[in-house]
Amino acid sequence: MEKELRLMKGNEAIAEAAIRAGADGYFGYPITPQSEILEYLMEANPRETTGMVVLQAESEVAAINMVYGGAGCGKKVMTSSSSPGISLKQEGITYIAGAELPCLIVNVVRGGPGLGTIQPAQSDYFQATKGGGHGDYHLIVLAPASVQEMADFVEMSFDLAFKYRNPVMILSDGAIGQMMEKVYLKPQKKRSDEILPWATTGKPATRERNIITSLDLDPERQEKFNHKLIAKYREIEEKEVLFEEFMTDDAEYLFVAYGTSARICQKALQMARHEGIKAGLLRPITLFPYPKKRLNELADRVKGMLAVEMSAGQMVEDVMLSVNGKTRVSHYGRMGGMIPTPEEVLENLKLFIKGQEKWQR
Amino acid sequence: MAEINTNDIVRPENLTYVKSKILTDNVMHYCPGCGHSTAHRVLAEVIEEEDLQSRTVGITPVGCSVLMYNYIDVDFQEAAHGRAPALATAVKRLMPEKFVFTYQGDGDLAAIGTAETIHTCNRGENILILFINNGIYGMTGGQMAPTTLEGMKSSTSPYGREVATMGSPIKMADIVALLPGTCYVTRQSVNTAGGVRKLKRALKKAVQYQNEKRGTCFIEVVSNCPSGWKMTPVESNKWMEENMFPFYPLGDIKVPAE
Amino acid sequence: MAKIKGAVVIDRERCKGCEVCVVTCPTQTLALAVEVNAKGYHYSYAANPDACIGCANCAVVCPDGVITVYKVKVG
Repeated sequence: MEKELRLMKGNEAIAEAAIRAGADGYFGYPITPQSEILEYLMEANPRETTGMVVLQAESEVAAINMVYGGAGCGKKVMTSSSSPGISLKQEGITYIAGAELPCLIVNVVRGGPGLGTIQPAQSDYFQATKGGGHGDYHLIVLAPASVQEMADFVEMSFDLAFKYRNPVMILSDGAIGQMMEKVYLKPQKKRSDEILPWATTGKPATRERNIITSLDLDPERQEKFNHKLIAKYREIEEKEVLFEEFMTDDAEYLFVAYGTSARICQKALQMARHEGIKAGLLRPITLFPYPKKRLNELADRVKGMLAVEMSAGQMVEDVMLSVNGKTRVSHYGRMGGMIPTPEEVLENLKLFIKGQEKWQR
Repeated sequence: MAEINTNDIVRPENLTYVKSKILTDNVMHYCPGCGHSTAHRVLAEVIEEEDLQSRTVGITPVGCSVLMYNYIDVDFQEAAHGRAPALATAVKRLMPEKFVFTYQGDGDLAAIGTAETIHTCNRGENILILFINNGIYGMTGGQMAPTTLEGMKSSTSPYGREVATMGSPIKMADIVALLPGTCYVTRQSVNTAGGVRKLKRALKKAVQYQNEKRGTCFIEVVSNCPSGWKMTPVESNKWMEENMFPFYPLGDIKVPAE
Repeated sequence: MAKIKGAVVIDRERCKGCEVCVVTCPTQTLALAVEVNAKGYHYSYAANPDACIGCANCAVVCPDGVITVYKVKVG
């Protein structure tokens, strides 16, 4: 079957891609700017076509715990929300990480803290990449920069989630969620009927009962489990890093930006080149695992790195850790739902080159 | 009449009662005389007698019964505090042919998990919610529960539950019975042999109704907490009969139309 | 007239001595032992085995499922 071309919102693309990826269940709760995901799925009514379950829960808390329940049965399940709702989901997410269950969580980020705004932001980076809930754990975090990637990352997320038995987050933002672009959709995949050996599907006489839990009251066993998780995260860092580079070959100054900010930096980069400034861009696609090694290599060749984010400066900390003092690192950001223009990004690159940037750490 | 001694009676062909094989050989961690143990045992019997083991998924709560999965030999998921009905909802929706139950205490079901309880019942999910109400937080050491009786002492209501400042005990079974999604709501006990046998019949009905996709079955077991109540098991059962049963009267609250 | 005779087998090491079976028994067959088991519980035992009618009430209320009951028709 041929790929299908459509004009879609980022949120709609996620929903359609989920159906086509053969997802078994979606559990959600409305919140701006991502409600189109639930709306689209309800309208598409995949129960009648693929058999996918779509349910509007009573809260984000219930929705993420439905995801836990479905994931514990070895099913391909997902939820989506935006920042305040993702905060509510954190309890469920840490249980899912602790029980080593695969699932997809989509965060279409809006400005905070608190109720904040409904406009786009990238201020949930720490929450997404450093754990988010309690305990030592990581999500695998993918940052799409286009509607096409919103669609493509759904199946990729499920693949990673099941490969590592780990929750995966698509960290998007209100801009990519709401914008319309052309998107090539993959053909419909059949839902899997495979019974996974660890899943709770009813205990046959041929195996021990399966128990999905994040509890171990024995500290020695719990620590062993913590080490097992760490080993898994190290393996993910070893094998799953994804990033994209633009004009880094001869770059003297490097933008580091993901998602919406990376698109803006691409334009700013062109403008800089036009003025004779040798700028480049590294766009992390996976935020965990972070492209640390590559940034460290590039740190040997550039005069400085400017992290551009729609936040007060979150990812910039990972840039600093990656380069480990080998080069100057700074940050330019807008907050509260404001999106920087390419012009102001370029302006701030120039200030950075002169050592006159405002952001200091 | 010939005399007969114990050795002549204790023969396989004379077996009248033995614990279910679905109950594992792990010694339950519950305190002596705890109703949780009895409820587990009865549930295991029903799972065995109804031949449900291969299609049962249980959801355990946070509370004393968090480790229930060590005692009943079926697949289990351990939920976050109060969230068991959300897990059960997804399990049942994704695998409608399974027998799905949650097992929850009063703090789990009637305080932190109230929203999940109400909405799961309101959607009429085809699951069984087995609710153990002993009017106290057992695992954390005897704090006040939403179902603690008026005037009842606990470590966080040391002068007795004062309704003016702490609210009244909440009757969850009566509340969920008002929701169209529930098909069967009943209140049972495990302190007497008759009570245990009635609970077993109620559980079997819940299995039947779930098979028939009638809606949510909600079985409350009014139970004791000898340690939390600071009584011997026998005293706690007596206290329960005299104080809990008048406020939480036993019997069916809602039964499906035949 | 046929009479029912019963017998109980109690796993004394698993018994927690809660005494619920003792007060449930309609024929006062059971009592708590003076001695304790390895866990320190005064376990339940058939102090008056001839009185047992095999009704299984003790086993039905036993929280820990430690009682097995047998019965026969005699006479």
